[in-house]
Amino acid sequence: MATSDIEIAEHNLQHHFADMDQQRETSTFGMWLFLVTEIMFFGGLFCAYLVYRATYYEAFVAGSQTMNIWLGATNTAVLICSSLSMAMAVRCAQTDKRKMMVILLLITIMFGAAFLGIKGVEYHEHWVNHQFPGPNFQFEGAEAAGVNPQNVQIYFSLYWAMTGLHALHMIIGIGLVTWIVIAGARGAYSPDYYSPVENVGLYWHFVDLVWIYLFPLLYLISKKHGG
Amino acid sequence: MSTEEHRQHVIPSSVYVGIWATLMVLTGVTVFASFIELGDWNIVLALVIATIKATLVVLFFMHLYYSSKLTKVTMIAAIFFLFLLLALSMTDYLTRGWITNPVR
Repeated sequence: MATSDIEIAEHNLQHHFADMDQQRETSTFGMWLFLVTEIMFFGGLFCAYLVYRATYYEAFVAGSQTMNIWLGATNTAVLICSSLSMAMAVRCAQTDKRKMMVILLLITIMFGAAFLGIKGVEYHEHWVNHQFPGPNFQFEGAEAAGVNPQNVQIYFSLYWAMTGLHALHMIIGIGLVTWIVIAGARGAYSPDYYSPVENVGLYWHFVDLVWIYLFPLLYLISKKHGG
Repeated sequence: MSTEEHRQHVIPSSVYVGIWATLMVLTGVTVFASFIELGDWNIVLALVIATIKATLVVLFFMHLYYSSKLTKVTMIAAIFFLFLLLALSMTDYLTRGWITNPVR
């Protein structure tokens, strides 16, 4: 606990870096490169979504109209709040407010868990309504909307795949923040060495970023138009 | 070891809170806009708002505005290649009905 800033920095400087600045720049750039691969990873799913949305537009509208827009909007707000607490936690790491950093990271975990809880409520609702792709898939509003339920199933396949992959990223993110909380509470970081906090923060904001696009694409397809 | 001027740029708390408030307002606007009938413009408006939100998150929450040119170029390249993936795929799928094949 009583480790000084200089001791923390000397302990963490790897031999192949000239100084802490170079090490921090390198590790953060590595994180950005990882996020680039993540953009292309999610990009494949967004591309699939775009192609099928263009092909089966009416079915996608009918599918999206079963979404609970208020739960989706609440979750968007929850993620934005979690991003604020994460950004403030990184700021605390930069300014050597160790206790505040741990508190803010715990708040971030709480918001992340709230997001997953609300998502779980939505998943449960889709599950009991047979809106899960597979042999038991049913879509009751298909006839009234004049769409082929098979095409609505494509919408739900993409919905589960995209939000599911996003939820998996949230779970991993909560795990990473937990690791930072434990190390931070032990006094592992200082204003000279906080790359793990910075990089986990970048990851967390990226996951928020994906949801910023998922929300309008899956929930807000013209609520009145075409349905 | 390092001194204060070597340490990374610290953004004032007020900037973070301001960005947060803007993101919350834009979320409200995009939900509100989805209930108004705008035809094809609904999705355009929703994506423009999403892109403004994403830009604010990347520039300030993720510190890209204060990052090195190398990091900025890397991010722009990623967006460019994502755009290529989406745009070139759509040049195929959206134009399939344009040409009818005389030989069946």
